[in-house]
Amino acid sequence: MLDPTPNGQHSGDSPLLRTSGLTKRYGDFLANDSIDIDIWPSEIHALLGENGAGKSTLVKAIYGLIQPSAGEIRWQGQRIVLSGPSEARCLGIGMVFQHFSLFDNLTVAENVALGLDGKESFKDMSARLEQVSKTYGLPLDPRREVWQLSVGERQRIEIVRALMQDPKFLILDEPTAVLTPQEADQLFIVLERLKAEGRAILYISHKLEEVKRLCDTATILRGGRKVETCNPRRETAASLARMMVGGEIKEVKAASGRKTTVPRLVVDDLSLPPADAHGVRLEHISFELKGGEILGIAGVAGNGQDELFAALSGERLSKDPGTVVIEGIAAGHLSITQRRRLGAAFVPEERLGHGTAPRMKLSENALLTGHAASGMVRRGFIDTAATLKAVDRATETFDVRKAKRDPEAASLSGGNLQKFIVGREILRSPAVLVVSQPTWGVDAGAAAVIRQALLDLAAAGAAVLVTSQDLDELAEIADRIAVMFHGKLSAPLAASDASREKLGLLMGGSSLEPEEIAHAAGA
Amino acid sequence: MQLVLEKRVERSGTIALVSPLIAIGLTILTMVILFAILGKNPLLALHAYFIAPLTDGYSLLEIAVKATPLVMIAIGLSLCYLANAWNIGAEGQFLIGAVAGSWIAVKTQGTDAGAWVLPAMFVLAAAAGALYALIPAICKVKFGASEILTSLMLVYVADLFLDYLVRGPWRDPQGFNFPTTAEFDPVATVPLLIEGGRLHLGSIIALLVVAAAAILLGRTIKGFEIRVVGAAPRAARFGGFNANQLIILTFAVSGALAGLAGIIEVAGPIGHLQPGISPGYGFTAIIVAFLGRLNPVGILIAGLFLALTFIGGEQAQIAMKIPLDVTKIFQGILLFYVLACDSLILYRFKLVFPNREVTRGAG
Repeated sequence: MLDPTPNGQHSGDSPLLRTSGLTKRYGDFLANDSIDIDIWPSEIHALLGENGAGKSTLVKAIYGLIQPSAGEIRWQGQRIVLSGPSEARCLGIGMVFQHFSLFDNLTVAENVALGLDGKESFKDMSARLEQVSKTYGLPLDPRREVWQLSVGERQRIEIVRALMQDPKFLILDEPTAVLTPQEADQLFIVLERLKAEGRAILYISHKLEEVKRLCDTATILRGGRKVETCNPRRETAASLARMMVGGEIKEVKAASGRKTTVPRLVVDDLSLPPADAHGVRLEHISFELKGGEILGIAGVAGNGQDELFAALSGERLSKDPGTVVIEGIAAGHLSITQRRRLGAAFVPEERLGHGTAPRMKLSENALLTGHAASGMVRRGFIDTAATLKAVDRATETFDVRKAKRDPEAASLSGGNLQKFIVGREILRSPAVLVVSQPTWGVDAGAAAVIRQALLDLAAAGAAVLVTSQDLDELAEIADRIAVMFHGKLSAPLAASDASREKLGLLMGGSSLEPEEIAHAAGA
Repeated sequence: MQLVLEKRVERSGTIALVSPLIAIGLTILTMVILFAILGKNPLLALHAYFIAPLTDGYSLLEIAVKATPLVMIAIGLSLCYLANAWNIGAEGQFLIGAVAGSWIAVKTQGTDAGAWVLPAMFVLAAAAGALYALIPAICKVKFGASEILTSLMLVYVADLFLDYLVRGPWRDPQGFNFPTTAEFDPVATVPLLIEGGRLHLGSIIALLVVAAAAILLGRTIKGFEIRVVGAAPRAARFGGFNANQLIILTFAVSGALAGLAGIIEVAGPIGHLQPGISPGYGFTAIIVAFLGRLNPVGILIAGLFLALTFIGGEQAQIAMKIPLDVTKIFQGILLFYVLACDSLILYRFKLVFPNREVTRGAG
């Protein structure tokens, strides 16, 4: 472990890492425009900015993934040029990415071994892995295969893998985007501890309250330039947001006088065996969702939310048609296409590979879900003009930023792709929208646009079901909130009644009595 | 200085077109070395392979004749491969199609059967090829058996079955004990397009197949389905497309096309059923499919190119005594380079100059 810096923060005259005039140019586009940033030991340094502000480019340059076009990086006062991440790791720079780079079919230990230089034996490495994960309170079973793990557990692998290299400087890209309040709190304890050990942390996040609470310094980027370096504790969330966006963020507001109408989505005693040996069994799930209403489903990842989504969307069919009723029609046995024709629309959690085919154009991805009921197909032939028009409409309505009219889905940033997907579904004017993690890893601006769109859709009379791990988000938009735990769904609480503590207890499985659920559902 | 592969943000359209050409260039370079090792003049050998066949009319027609089965089979295979269904057994489906179609020809031999014979042969051959391809497809869907293995193994079954028929029940009584059926009657023969060559109606059918595939893949929802299922299986399921159904469908279509190519070959240029009716068309078509970027027009061009290597190989054997097996080596190397160059579509080479000032390890 490192010695804590003896003289406290900002000891000596040179920071641990300094970039001066760091510039990265892609063609005519300046992704980073002479950025100066100092990282000191024992510092948690926030990097804030909207999507496309240049955060990723900056950390990629620091981590050796890309070469800056101009400017320099100094590490402990010495100029460095990194030919790749392995050189950065050698110096003591670690990184935990937002998108995990794990092999699903390998075990935790095997994945970690692949990320290390491989000098020690596999057995020693496994032992060290267990020890590091225990030391920092990040429990992991080295023998489990990654595909069985929840998002939160996968993130733990990445963090432990980085820690095993004993880094002096750790970069975390939106680490709490996938965590519950409790999990995030645990992570903060780990980060505080790393800081106390004298390590520096560069913390990329959109959650401003969290940055205020955790970080000593914040550097704000906008449009590839540094706007400000400040102490986030002396700022308000609103002032930080203003610096990020360069203006006021639109407040999300619900239309007044929203009226609930007829039940549009009814789930009645839905039980489904797990799809594979490690999946979650759905048990006796019942709820009723009326038009004009937003129901939020909270819960720690991996408690059956994915299974519920698959059962509602029709990616998995139920033997009993009556378990899922869409617009008054028993649909449990109907395919996803047939459910779309009944007026349902779906937005899955994974943007790339589930919500879209990454290497296909946006127009083709519009067709992916639009072929069911949008007049894009006539007698088996595709109306290309109609698919392009759908892209243009989503682009215009939801401010999707992209390099050309019809790029591949994978070339869009996370926030812009999510706006496209949500737009694609909402513009079909669905009667029922089932959306999972709508703002996962999306910047504040895009998140506000998406939440507003969900509120507007409900105001227009649709029934909206939102699964989210972001309790703030649910508090902001949902009328009622239910909690998923071990494949069971709690009785929904009115949003006004759903305190973080109550939800936190339900998320831990505390007061879940099967009789209670059955009672509440039957009511 | 270090050469690294860097991932591209977006798939490069230019490279997608250029990559097969780079592959051909590298293959020719390798062949030059191989010819030199064999003690043959590389320039003369290349001339025999690639230039000589293009200089006389007869060879040009022969290229079209050879390309016909290659293109038809490769179009079917490309549908499979796009949908992530790995049909390696087109050779077997080709042979079974030839056998099934020949059955009508053999049974109607010497009778006064009319013009219905040839169309009936086509239909039966396509149906038999499709059914034969459905065996691995159904095993895959129902039992999860690897379609790569099962479809490949069925090639040898088909091969031996054909062998049995022409040595046994279907052998021409007047054939001096050669393992062959009698020459098919004119009504059971594919008509020639031009007098004096072997160019036949099958080439027109192959062109129609190319056009149909281009429309299917580019314009229809079914073609879109095939492409999505292969490119992003989970997204395809989300889109409401059924991967298993597509495995069945694409295997059936590619089996039908291979079977049709089989009977056209037997009832066309060959004129009777015998062992060795295919110099490995079903396997070479795999190379054609990939060299053509799984794109119908690309496959047409690639089919003509590989047909050229068959003809060129024969000429090189006659003119320079280069073994015919060199053609197979050529095709193998070509497939290797095609697949290797494909990585350039998603990645690009980049030179990285590490700086000597770099501090390594903890300072």
